[in-house]
Amino acid sequence: MTADLAESKLIQGRTGAWEIVIGLEVHAQVASKSKLFSGAAVGFGAGPNEQVSLVDAAMPGMLPVLNRYCVEQAVKTGLGLRAEINRTSRFARKNYFYPDLPQGYQISQFDQPVVGEGVVEVERDDGSSFEVRIERLHLEQDAGKLIHDLSPSESYVDLNRAGTALMEIVSRPDMRSSDEAVAYFKKLRTILIYLGTCDGDMEKGNMRADVNVSVRKPGEGLGTRCEIKNVNSFRFMQQAIEYEARRQIEILEDGGKIDQETRLFDPNKVETRSMRSKEEAHDYRYFPDPDLLPLVIEEAWIEDIRRSLPELPDDKRKRFMSEYGLSAYDAGILIAEQARADYFEAAAKGRDAKLVANWVTNALLANLAKDGHDIEASPLKPEAINELVGLIEDGSISSKIAKEVFDRMWAGEGSPKAIVDKHGLVQVNDTGAIEKAIDEIMVANPDKVEAVKDKPQAMGWFVGQVMKATGGKANPAAVNDLLKSKLGV
Amino acid sequence: MSSLTNLTLKAALDGLKAKSFSSEEITKAHIDAIEKANPSLNAYVLPTFEHALNMARASDARLARGEGGELEGAPLGVKDLFCTEGHRTTAGSKILGDFVPQYESTVSANLWRDGAVMLGKLNMDEFAMGSSNETSAWGPVVNPWRSKASNAELTPGGSSGGSASAVAADLCLGATASDTGGSIRQPAAFTGTVGIKPTYGRCSRWGIVAFASSLDQAGPIAKTVEDAAILLKSMSGYDPKDSTSLNVDLPDFPSFVGKSVKGLRIGVPKEYRVDGMPAEIETLWRQGIEWMRAAGCEIVDISLPHTKYALPCYYVVAPAEASSNLARYDGMRYGLRADGKSLTELYENTRAEGFGNEVKRRVLIGTYVLSAGYYDAYYVRALKVRRRIAEDFEKVWGKVDAILTPSTPSAAFALGDKRVDPVTMYLNDVFTVTANLTGMPGISVPAGLDANGLPLGLQLIGKPLDEGTIFSLAGALEDAAGFRAKAEKWWA
Repeated sequence: MTADLAESKLIQGRTGAWEIVIGLEVHAQVASKSKLFSGAAVGFGAGPNEQVSLVDAAMPGMLPVLNRYCVEQAVKTGLGLRAEINRTSRFARKNYFYPDLPQGYQISQFDQPVVGEGVVEVERDDGSSFEVRIERLHLEQDAGKLIHDLSPSESYVDLNRAGTALMEIVSRPDMRSSDEAVAYFKKLRTILIYLGTCDGDMEKGNMRADVNVSVRKPGEGLGTRCEIKNVNSFRFMQQAIEYEARRQIEILEDGGKIDQETRLFDPNKVETRSMRSKEEAHDYRYFPDPDLLPLVIEEAWIEDIRRSLPELPDDKRKRFMSEYGLSAYDAGILIAEQARADYFEAAAKGRDAKLVANWVTNALLANLAKDGHDIEASPLKPEAINELVGLIEDGSISSKIAKEVFDRMWAGEGSPKAIVDKHGLVQVNDTGAIEKAIDEIMVANPDKVEAVKDKPQAMGWFVGQVMKATGGKANPAAVNDLLKSKLGV
Repeated sequence: MSSLTNLTLKAALDGLKAKSFSSEEITKAHIDAIEKANPSLNAYVLPTFEHALNMARASDARLARGEGGELEGAPLGVKDLFCTEGHRTTAGSKILGDFVPQYESTVSANLWRDGAVMLGKLNMDEFAMGSSNETSAWGPVVNPWRSKASNAELTPGGSSGGSASAVAADLCLGATASDTGGSIRQPAAFTGTVGIKPTYGRCSRWGIVAFASSLDQAGPIAKTVEDAAILLKSMSGYDPKDSTSLNVDLPDFPSFVGKSVKGLRIGVPKEYRVDGMPAEIETLWRQGIEWMRAAGCEIVDISLPHTKYALPCYYVVAPAEASSNLARYDGMRYGLRADGKSLTELYENTRAEGFGNEVKRRVLIGTYVLSAGYYDAYYVRALKVRRRIAEDFEKVWGKVDAILTPSTPSAAFALGDKRVDPVTMYLNDVFTVTANLTGMPGISVPAGLDANGLPLGLQLIGKPLDEGTIFSLAGALEDAAGFRAKAEKWWA
């Protein structure tokens, strides 16, 4: 990292520059058909309390039984985060009263999480990268949901979500700007989606973050932090951190001190608000859950899971760069989504991969975004892009014509070949035809032929005229070569 | 018909199989007995007579076809801690209100699977917290035994007081019970019945209202050692719905009763003597040692040095777990709700009204020992002590096959006697808690009467999963003691 980069992350206050220190606790819902400790279904859109078992409702005498699939997803995620898998871990009870918490405690993991320290490499937009250390990943139950707006006098409880498995992924305070925090959150989401352990759907609340923010003068020790709860979009995260950092700096510059507290981000007012102070914080009375045995994971199972891991984003990016010769930037765009990377690879079969990458990252992604399609639902299949690039490669069409062909493909006119044939877009490679056009233009414009001798840049005008005369189909390279020799420039 | 209620479970099962009498007949005989006795003894909090008769008739039909399980047609009582589908389950607490489970506990379901008949739900200390049955929201159970010295009502012990009283008074052929610190063995000792707490994990805890998860274990209270073995065999077994249930072979417990005990080594721990223990208990213990020696056992003096810390350890661990286990009784989804102006007030009012004093005391103690700043000093330390106690036993298991101790430091006391002082009350568990803290099986066998004519029990503690040896030894002890006394039926 250069000194310039480091300094660009600082924010200026009245008393000088400040550094923001950010750590994230990300809650990711495990992509599992049933809950962490019960057989009840997990799903979005069921009617209230339709996905609740006796265990989830904490009926008397009910006992939790750990869902092996959820543990597998946690281990898989741990491996994806290049983290240590703890062969023995424990579930603990976090005790507090709330109507969305039927047991009166959340089964979580406290001093012995299933996954220990790991690391995530995060790329910035400028292509540089930084590392975020992972402190731990643990499994825990989600709570239910309270609904306050159905009745003026009563609140309703929906326990469908109660007991759903969450992975809490805790980072070290390794981020220094809202951009870095968002980049890390995005990267983490990409990894989880690659692994298939969380669908990453933030709108449904399946992935959300508690953001710890503090500020300090560069070089000083860590400041007092505030925790912003339940941030569920990249934009809100950016806004919340920026607001919170400014708020803390103002307090400190006015000679005040930061109270350690939990805050909420209000996206309407774009501000954070105090939720509860450290003094009001619950004493959760964590203790090992006596209904559950220690979770012991066999090394052989870890190895099985390791073998089942898909290619992870970092590996894919490296491979795209070495195997296809792509730039870090293009590779980064392509691997950001697994489906995008798969699309690219299918389209690149037997073609100039850099050219394919250009078409995918530019024309295709722009059109998809404009029409609001996911790449999985792209109206143009990878085979079509492959064919289009094939036409460019064998000289049938120029890049410029290719853009027209692409637009017609997008408009549903059919395959690239069919479009080229139908509209007579085949490139003119016949030097005789091009020479004939050049000669005619030179004869008609003797003054310009003279002028270009002093000012070679003016050759562009001739290129334009030749292209115009050939309906844009002339091979641009051939036009250039012939013009140069004929004009003597 | 009343003679049918005097039968042991084994004799009744033989009679049913031989068609000497029907299940309906023996069930009716018990219903009559309950109707006569319950106003005095208060053992049943929910008679389910109609259900019992239906089950009995179904059993008779199976028996007529030459079918039927190992408990076919035998009328039993169920401690109100076990959830019973369609039948109110209160755990002796007001806070459960009129809660009717939609599910059957694994243990009781096992009994019905084997053909047993449910007479009703039995009284107990609230959430199984108590040693005298006086913490029950349904009022105390009365022991059928009376002292020669007075007519004062005596406690049947607790928390399974209803189970013990009902078995002792012939109000069922046997009963389910549960034991967290001695709640099967102490009431068995106080009522001249047999009670076994099996190895932790032997019986599923699924569907049993939880008190302290790492200590709770179901077991039977029965009239004889053989009856206890028959009941435990049915109640036990691996249950995937309980993560602490043990997936191990289930021995044929009844076949161990009557086996020779020659050559078995019996440990006698020097630490199992407490201040103020009546001489009669000491005498009975020595008598028990002689009986075992006479049966061919080798007697070995042993030391379990951490025994003195068992009770304090227990009274940290059990309330800690209970404080969390009882958090679900919040007035939200079932049971009692006492409204309030705010959510916090609703919680406070519900739990203030719903829980009795002993439960509140333990929830407070448990909350305290788990609190930040006290956790290490109490809870963590208690877990370390628990480990030490277990090590004491692990060391002696190489030298002995079982351990013989008194079951309780006294005979049944009068209701009201110890209500004022919880610590004195807690001392009732002094000989029994170690088996809960270590997960080992323990059985109480009636061994004699004190000067006032009240029963006293001796306890045998065995190695984990070695209930078989305990049943053999308990059978030998039962034979040697020749305990035949029954409480005089003063209520009839």
